[in-house]
Amino acid sequence: MIVAEQKPLAEIADMIKDCKKVLFAGCGGCVTVCLSGGEKETEVMATALRMKRQLEGNPLETVTYTATRQCDPEYVEAMADAVKGVDAVVSLACGVGPQYLAARYPDLWVIPAQNTAFAGGSKEHGVWEEFCGLCGQCVLHLTGGICPVIRCSKSIMNGPCGGSQYGKCEISKDVDCAWHLIYERLKRLGRLDLMREYREPKDWSKARDGGPRRITREDVMIG
Amino acid sequence: MKSGGSKLEQILEQGHFAVTAEIGPPKHADPQGVIHHAHMLHDYVDATNITDCQTAVVRLSSIASGVHILGAGVEPIVQMTCRDRNRIAMQADLLGAYSLGMRNVLCLSGDHQKFGNHPTAKNVYDVDSMQLIHLVRRMRDEKLFFSGEEMKGAEPRFFVGAVANPFADPFEWRVDRLEKKVNAGAEFIQTQCIYDMERFERFMEMVRARGLDQRVHILAGVTPLKSWKAAKYLQTGVSGMIVPDAIVERLKAAEDAKAEGVNICIEQIRYIKEHVPGVHGVHIMAIAWEEVVPDIVGRAGLYPRPKL
Repeated sequence: MIVAEQKPLAEIADMIKDCKKVLFAGCGGCVTVCLSGGEKETEVMATALRMKRQLEGNPLETVTYTATRQCDPEYVEAMADAVKGVDAVVSLACGVGPQYLAARYPDLWVIPAQNTAFAGGSKEHGVWEEFCGLCGQCVLHLTGGICPVIRCSKSIMNGPCGGSQYGKCEISKDVDCAWHLIYERLKRLGRLDLMREYREPKDWSKARDGGPRRITREDVMIG
Repeated sequence: MKSGGSKLEQILEQGHFAVTAEIGPPKHADPQGVIHHAHMLHDYVDATNITDCQTAVVRLSSIASGVHILGAGVEPIVQMTCRDRNRIAMQADLLGAYSLGMRNVLCLSGDHQKFGNHPTAKNVYDVDSMQLIHLVRRMRDEKLFFSGEEMKGAEPRFFVGAVANPFADPFEWRVDRLEKKVNAGAEFIQTQCIYDMERFERFMEMVRARGLDQRVHILAGVTPLKSWKAAKYLQTGVSGMIVPDAIVERLKAAEDAKAEGVNICIEQIRYIKEHVPGVHGVHIMAIAWEEVVPDIVGRAGLYPRPKL
């Protein structure tokens, strides 16, 4: 899933300081799963900011709405009534949501409530880690199911570098060396030959370096 | 000779025990320090490494420093890390460096920018050190750009170096990775600073068992320590370094820690030269202490340097 983390409340308060009525828009997708932008978090944020403004003697009217997803036109369309009469919408979706809102509602002021962090998963309750570099050309079959593109701090394809020690990355004792993990796993599987092979430079044009990406699938297109 | 006139290559190919040292460029635009160090090292080393923004701290560029050093009559080994340039900038710099007289290049990953003075920088790592070795060799031997496009004019003919760290983990993989670098085209290797001699000897045993010492010139890296605190810092604060307690204690007990640090370094060089087969030279990294190198070279019995 896409993992996002809420911006500090003070930052959001500052972004809406001139607004009288604000829609807080949650998302039922990834950010619900990672507990940062679902229905519950949306209500909590709206309430907190309403109370803050009340205490400051500058009342804020809030409306809340949680879309099934903010990354599909049909669900953003369904927000047409909710956005009526508001000075701004604070989107608790990942970075995709505010953009869908901005595109659908050209006169609406859109504010992001989240810092969208990475594609990852939960390690334990309350802890999420990055797992996929979204490079557009998966190599996990060559690396024992551990991604060097994003889990190695240098994204090297022929690791581990000389900064790997005691299984940890040179940048921090709290970060596992991805290539150490790859080594241990391939050794266990009897496939260290994969690591001995020279890996060519990656085709980064499949990643964001090639410009904004689009996937077109005619088989699922309608009409 | 495969390179376009590397003195280091000739020294090594002739079977001499090579001596290289490191010069760290300054954090400003005045080259006088680099030139001073080059003059100082002139008779004592065969070539000098010019670090490429080591520990990710912005410094006068490796290639520009190389020009100053060349002007002082010393052969530079230009370091090129993968951290700051994509493959376009790397090749432009390789062409530029060769055009300016550089004949040796050392390919390395580079420290993560977290350690430097611009920790919020974007890192590149478009190609990794292994790929850089391979592609610099291919540029020279097949006249091909990294993309595979043919080079119509003069190709850069570098003597290609790489690094190896016997003190990083997994230990048993380190020789595999060295072999991978040799297969990729590395012609000389400079190692991480050696303090744990026993581990280095085990590493070299594996290197010899695979015949890698016959395929690549390994230069053992040494760094004189100025104080027990410096030793302790390397021991605990730098990933991929092993400093035995005995060295920390010896520096602690010394009346003159700097002199003792130099003594230790000289003992290490003598030991490696006499007792560790397969090592073809020494690389002295006297970090911010270049002036001590002539004394080390002299007392280690490596002076005078062979004349070509």
